[in-house]
Amino acid sequence: MTLETLVQQLMNGISLGSLYALIAIGYTMVYGILRLINFAHGDVFMVGAYTAFYLVSFFLLPWWAVVPLTLLAAALLGMFIDRVAYRPLRQEPRISALITAVGVSFFLETLGIVVLGARPKGFTEYIPGLFARVYDLAGIKIPGVAVWVPLLSLACLGLLLYIIYNTKVGMAMRAVATDIETVRLMGVNVDRIISYTFALGSALAAAGGIMWAFKFWQIQPLMGIYPGWKAFTAAVVGGIGNITGAMLGGFIIGLAEIMAVAFFPDFSGYRDAFVFAILIAFLLVKPTGILGESLKEKV
Amino acid sequence: MSQRTRQILTSGVLLAWALFLWWAERNLDAYYVRVLNTAAIYVVAAVSYTLINGIAGQFSLGPNGFMALGGYVVALLILPLAQKEMGWILEPLAWPFNTFSLPPHLFPLAVLAGGIVAVAGGFVVGFPSLRLRGDYLAIATFGFGEIIFVLANNLIGLTNGAMGIKGIPNYATLWWTWGWAIFTIWVVRNLAQSSFGRAMKAIREDEVAAAAMGINVFRLKLLALVVSAFFGGVAGGLLAALISTVSPTIFTFTMTFNLLVIIVLGGLGSTTGAAVTAVLFTVLQELLRIVETPIRIGPLQLPGVSGMRMVIFSVLLVALMLFYRRGLFGRSEFSWEWVLGKFRQRGMASASDQSGNLEA
Repeated sequence: MTLETLVQQLMNGISLGSLYALIAIGYTMVYGILRLINFAHGDVFMVGAYTAFYLVSFFLLPWWAVVPLTLLAAALLGMFIDRVAYRPLRQEPRISALITAVGVSFFLETLGIVVLGARPKGFTEYIPGLFARVYDLAGIKIPGVAVWVPLLSLACLGLLLYIIYNTKVGMAMRAVATDIETVRLMGVNVDRIISYTFALGSALAAAGGIMWAFKFWQIQPLMGIYPGWKAFTAAVVGGIGNITGAMLGGFIIGLAEIMAVAFFPDFSGYRDAFVFAILIAFLLVKPTGILGESLKEKV
Repeated sequence: MSQRTRQILTSGVLLAWALFLWWAERNLDAYYVRVLNTAAIYVVAAVSYTLINGIAGQFSLGPNGFMALGGYVVALLILPLAQKEMGWILEPLAWPFNTFSLPPHLFPLAVLAGGIVAVAGGFVVGFPSLRLRGDYLAIATFGFGEIIFVLANNLIGLTNGAMGIKGIPNYATLWWTWGWAIFTIWVVRNLAQSSFGRAMKAIREDEVAAAAMGINVFRLKLLALVVSAFFGGVAGGLLAALISTVSPTIFTFTMTFNLLVIIVLGGLGSTTGAAVTAVLFTVLQELLRIVETPIRIGPLQLPGVSGMRMVIFSVLLVALMLFYRRGLFGRSEFSWEWVLGKFRQRGMASASDQSGNLEA
């Protein structure tokens, strides 16, 4: 392997990993608070990509308008899903909400197939020039997506960390994740905080969806399944419930996946199996993940 | 009611069902026989699925993976040698499967082998994830199903890749499928009512309390998953023999989703509920084909929308979870006492009607 391909693969892995990190945040925040695997999260990512696609191709809006509108739409969808499908089941056994989550996820996917069509939609002609151009870094050619996707993702993640650690809502989110009942007694509107959590996570997923479309040039209704599942694995690897851990896990999974393919090109068909092996290995050896402390069961 | 009466009633119903199958095999056309067969396979899959999800309360999303394992094993064991030579174009079929083919009377052995391989799969996914609290099983089993899909597409020397295996002899008669269905109900129901089953239900209600009562939580959860995987593999094997082909796209997540709808509708935790709903679901699935074919009502032309059935089922699942969590059977099982109780109530009601009339 030449130095050039190595650098290119590294950049490729980092940009893929930053997308996983964006999605993983939503999983880990919701899991940290509700102990719920929000299976529909990967499909919110898909809806985000489609919203952007139609805003830019049908309504012909410029990108500076498309991005905030898409994030807003995804945030509203996330809050809506929580309100309709999860909130009524808060007092029920956890398996009820999990089953509902699978139902919502499958609903979004199948509805996507029926309404939007199963055939992938091409994104190529709408990609902004910044992402489409190729940079020349000391003789090594690097595509724009590999530069801008990680940078923009890091900006989003920085903004999120600011919200979580420096605002009142963020403080409430951390408090709710620690102990829902006590926080309720303190007079915090817990349901509203949970709603905001869904909104934040969904907006990040939609940002990931848009950049995913830039990176892979096409979108289809089932595009959220694999990234969603891998992002959840990333959240487990980083330590479920831990936001910095989810980011770290995302980069690890993305890099590991790309590097496995780069070093063993004969096994490129097995890249998803490779992520599965990482999940099983972590569950066996370090189930709390890299940064997570062991989650105490709330008795 | 004595044990004996119950046994007589049950054997009576089984005998009547056997007579019906005997009649159906001779008189019904191929389409209806196929529906009956499919229903039985759904019964096997759903009843075993409810053991891990409903009785032990551990959220598994693995049935499609287990069924795929069973399906491929059965296909590789019973496919005729001629097909084995012709079918694999890109790569020849791997040893030892290219040297033999089981004759029809060894079909049950092939199905058993499918179940056993699925048990191995259940162990691989269950051992790491069931030791932990929480919902790791869901994410690991979901991944497992996807990995089986990847392997089926890539291990061409075994699975023939995306082209799949065609020309599997159809040994899955009504007798085999319904035999397995009734055997599954018998095993899972008895297991659920044994001390193991009670311990599983205790885990479902409160894992911490169950562990405090001295239940080996990990071992029982693993037992539930492994038994469930075994019958999942059996169901997959029967399905392969029934539709005479296996390919990666047959055992996708949609399969698991259908089973989830079945066990929720039947009542999470009821094995007989799952069995009854599995039959209902199979029929419903056939009836709903209407929404996917264009129909004309007078001047109104309704286009058929393919994929619409799955949208309906997903709405159904969410609605069930929100408004009808109990399902049809709740957590109770079918019992003769209940049936006779209904009759008696009706009898009493009419009797009191008559006496009321007399008094008036």
